[in-house]
Amino acid sequence: MPEQKQISSVNDFVVRFANVNGSGSASANELFARSILRHGVPVSPRNIFPSNIQGLPTWYEVRVTEAGHLGARGGGVDMMVAMNPQTWDKDVAGIEPGGYLFYDSTKPMPSSKFRDDITVIGVPLTAITNSTYSDPRQRQLFKNIIYLGALSALLDMDPKLIEQLIGEQYKGKEKLLSSNVHALHLGRDWALQNLKCPIGLRVRKSDKVGDRIFIEGNSAAALGAVYGGATVCAWYPITPSSSLADAFGAHCKKYRHDPKSGEAKYAIVQGEDELASIGIVIGASWNGARAFTATSGPGISLMTEFIGLSYFAEIPAVIMNVQRAGPSTGMPTRTQQCDVIACAYASHGDTKHVLLFPEDPAEAFEFAATAFDLAERLQTTIFLMLDLDIGMNHRLCRPLKWDDARQYDRGKIMTAEMLDEGRDFGRYLDVDGDGIPFRTLPGTHATKGSYFTRGTSRDRYARYSEEGPVYADNMQRLVRKFETAQDMVPRPLQANAARPTKYGVIYFGSTSPAMDEAIGLLEARGHQLDRLRIRAFPFHSSVASFIADHDFVYVVEQNRDGQLRSLIINENGIDPVRLVSIVHYDGTPITARFIANAIGDHQDHLKVTPLRKAVS
Amino acid sequence: MTYIAKPKFHHPGLKKNELGFTHRDYEGKISTLCAGCGHDSITASIIEACFELSIEPHRVAKISGIGCSSKTPDYFLGNSHGFNSVHGRMPSVLTGANLANRELIYLGVSGDGDSASIGFGQFAHSIRRGVNMTYVVENNGVYGLTKGQFSATADRGSKSKKGVTNTDNAIDLVAIALQLGATYVARSFSGDKTQLVPVIAGALQHKGAAFIDVISPCVAFNNHAGSTKSFDYVREHNDAVNRLDVITGRDPITVDYAPGTVQIVEQHDGSRLALRKIDADYDVHDRVAAQAFLQKHAAKGQIVTGLLYVDPEAEDLHSHLNTVEQPLNSLEADVLCPGSSVLDKINASLR
Repeated sequence: MPEQKQISSVNDFVVRFANVNGSGSASANELFARSILRHGVPVSPRNIFPSNIQGLPTWYEVRVTEAGHLGARGGGVDMMVAMNPQTWDKDVAGIEPGGYLFYDSTKPMPSSKFRDDITVIGVPLTAITNSTYSDPRQRQLFKNIIYLGALSALLDMDPKLIEQLIGEQYKGKEKLLSSNVHALHLGRDWALQNLKCPIGLRVRKSDKVGDRIFIEGNSAAALGAVYGGATVCAWYPITPSSSLADAFGAHCKKYRHDPKSGEAKYAIVQGEDELASIGIVIGASWNGARAFTATSGPGISLMTEFIGLSYFAEIPAVIMNVQRAGPSTGMPTRTQQCDVIACAYASHGDTKHVLLFPEDPAEAFEFAATAFDLAERLQTTIFLMLDLDIGMNHRLCRPLKWDDARQYDRGKIMTAEMLDEGRDFGRYLDVDGDGIPFRTLPGTHATKGSYFTRGTSRDRYARYSEEGPVYADNMQRLVRKFETAQDMVPRPLQANAARPTKYGVIYFGSTSPAMDEAIGLLEARGHQLDRLRIRAFPFHSSVASFIADHDFVYVVEQNRDGQLRSLIINENGIDPVRLVSIVHYDGTPITARFIANAIGDHQDHLKVTPLRKAVS
Repeated sequence: MTYIAKPKFHHPGLKKNELGFTHRDYEGKISTLCAGCGHDSITASIIEACFELSIEPHRVAKISGIGCSSKTPDYFLGNSHGFNSVHGRMPSVLTGANLANRELIYLGVSGDGDSASIGFGQFAHSIRRGVNMTYVVENNGVYGLTKGQFSATADRGSKSKKGVTNTDNAIDLVAIALQLGATYVARSFSGDKTQLVPVIAGALQHKGAAFIDVISPCVAFNNHAGSTKSFDYVREHNDAVNRLDVITGRDPITVDYAPGTVQIVEQHDGSRLALRKIDADYDVHDRVAAQAFLQKHAAKGQIVTGLLYVDPEAEDLHSHLNTVEQPLNSLEADVLCPGSSVLDKINASLR
């Protein structure tokens, strides 16, 4: 075989595992990612999986990145661990020239199945497994650990760190612990004895992880709901949000049972559909509990009638929307930011809703907890806009933080004492000029403060009315309330370029790591951009001023129609020419390369004359 | 007619209950329904039942969907919080409210369109879950507000006011409620307050999913010859299996008819129901027999009324979820939030 070029890279490469869904590979693959973190080297893993339970292909891609680029890299992979014959051809084709192919060489493969510009590494995994284990289930599971062992030798990883992780995972289950460690060394020893180790791709100990944690966004958001005081969760299973409700249940099991009686300080109901789920949330919130649902696009569509009720009758609700590619069933296991408009204006009639856009699990935790304060303060629906990329992947992020002095903001609730003091209670009366009225909770007072909640029009004292001025007065107050919200929601974060520039970029949510990385790539091409990361709707006034301060602003998002851009134009009366849409919507996470190419090409083209000057 | 303020004064000699409240304290706004509407009789029966049970009006949460029946919570218990929610979605809103505060009494008011058509799923699932509630369907077999379309409880072969014959099979909500595990199931007739008041009172005291189907003729669109939900038809075909008294410690909510065999049913919380059997063979604790009895009589065109099933040892959703006694809506950060030291440990486990 001719000496081919081999990719050499330390702490900066992409390994992709091609597996069969349901083969138990997920835990071994995650162990691989975690053990690299233990080397002090950041990783960014992503599950790429079909809407299926068992048998279809699934991939796990790990970007090893000392520089800390946590977005997907894009392009081919540097090493393919090809464990799935079904996808062999596609997997082999997806390797970068000079890259590596790792495969199970138990059965000989025709040379036509390989490429001559890559390094092929065969390990007889099935043979090793079968000669060691007789139980079919063990064979299946330990084969995964054996390839992990072989990889540790090839990539020059410290086996002690992997053993340590296995030890933590199987603490108290000695038998499982030792058998896993044994399997690890089976693979590792075979590779050391039979292969040239290490290869060009290497993991070297570093200190770039710091105190960061490794957590899925759905789990972090669920924990935020626990910390934020949610007591009622109603949900209906839907990918990619089901694991959020599951995680809420798991966290509550640990932290919300009375230690003596074992009684639960929460209630979780799996609704019969999304209509029931949001109905339960609205009923519970009306009655003063902090309640939420977790769903995805199709669920949002079903919930819209209730969302309109929440807006108009002013009932708190928290909806965690883990977005997936739409429309309709779309691509249930692929990521997008495609529900921005659907959520911002959900329901018939004139409505506007508060949206929060966390960039990672740490913010998902924070914003989830904050969502309950906002919902009770503003007495309306608050959307936590996650997506599959944040929700269902482990992401390295700063540690979760909680200030023990923090009190829940229960909003304007008129108590029995206040009613007895003779306070005037009008359910829809704007007493403070902020558009937010007081509410009473059912059962508060024997003779005062009761009212009839309805989705029909009513006056300031909750009395049914179809009078035009009364209706308009209420609708105007709701506008005032939404203006009040602007200063309560998380503000946009601005990061300016090293040198003054006429160009800016707006982005949000899971685009964040790719955007941060793209800035570096663009700088290398000579383009300077100021950045504004939007974290909530309604938009803070700084969004309009950021746009005003720049000749052009790119709006980078993961949907076809540039939904955030449309929302900015619509809400702030921006000239559409000023906002250049950069969209990525094929269901894969947006990459820095994509952003840098799209913006870079546009910038190169622009170098002629900015339109503003040409016109003026 | 809600623009007409209802006078507050009342005769000083009006009867008072244990709490010192009169009937007037259980009333709401003036009804806007048609004169003679069966629903107004149900409203009156709810007022009567709450008065007799000496319920504190503000401890009841009245929740409804959309439609004529769903408007009625505005017409009783004016000091209670009411929620006229979304069409067909009363059960989920009530379920959520109940989860938030288990100490209130939950009265769900719905109609046949609201519960048997658009909200059939929510009706079914709230019953399945055993939500502690009184679920009243004011069943007239017709859509009144939209001018007389058949609903899903209209019997096959019955005629609309315009003369159209219904060819679809009817949904019997009582049969479904029994099948789905409701622990208190009754059917009554808005024209028979003596039967209805104790049936409602018994349901309000029941700790579990109580379902009452009240046939309530629509005087505007479904009270003609050929309708099986008219006053005349229901009176002719009413087949009551028993008469109920609720014993509240004082006088039973008594009714005025010939005494039969009396059976005392003691419920879990100590409340007692006195049943006077009309049909000697009918066993109110036999769910399976009740279903067969209903079907047999329905086939003969009879409308079986009375307390049809009760499980005195009923459980509810809160017991299934093992929730704390203290209402969830009153728990604060000190018990809900695990705090920063726990979070530090969680962080450490994620590295």
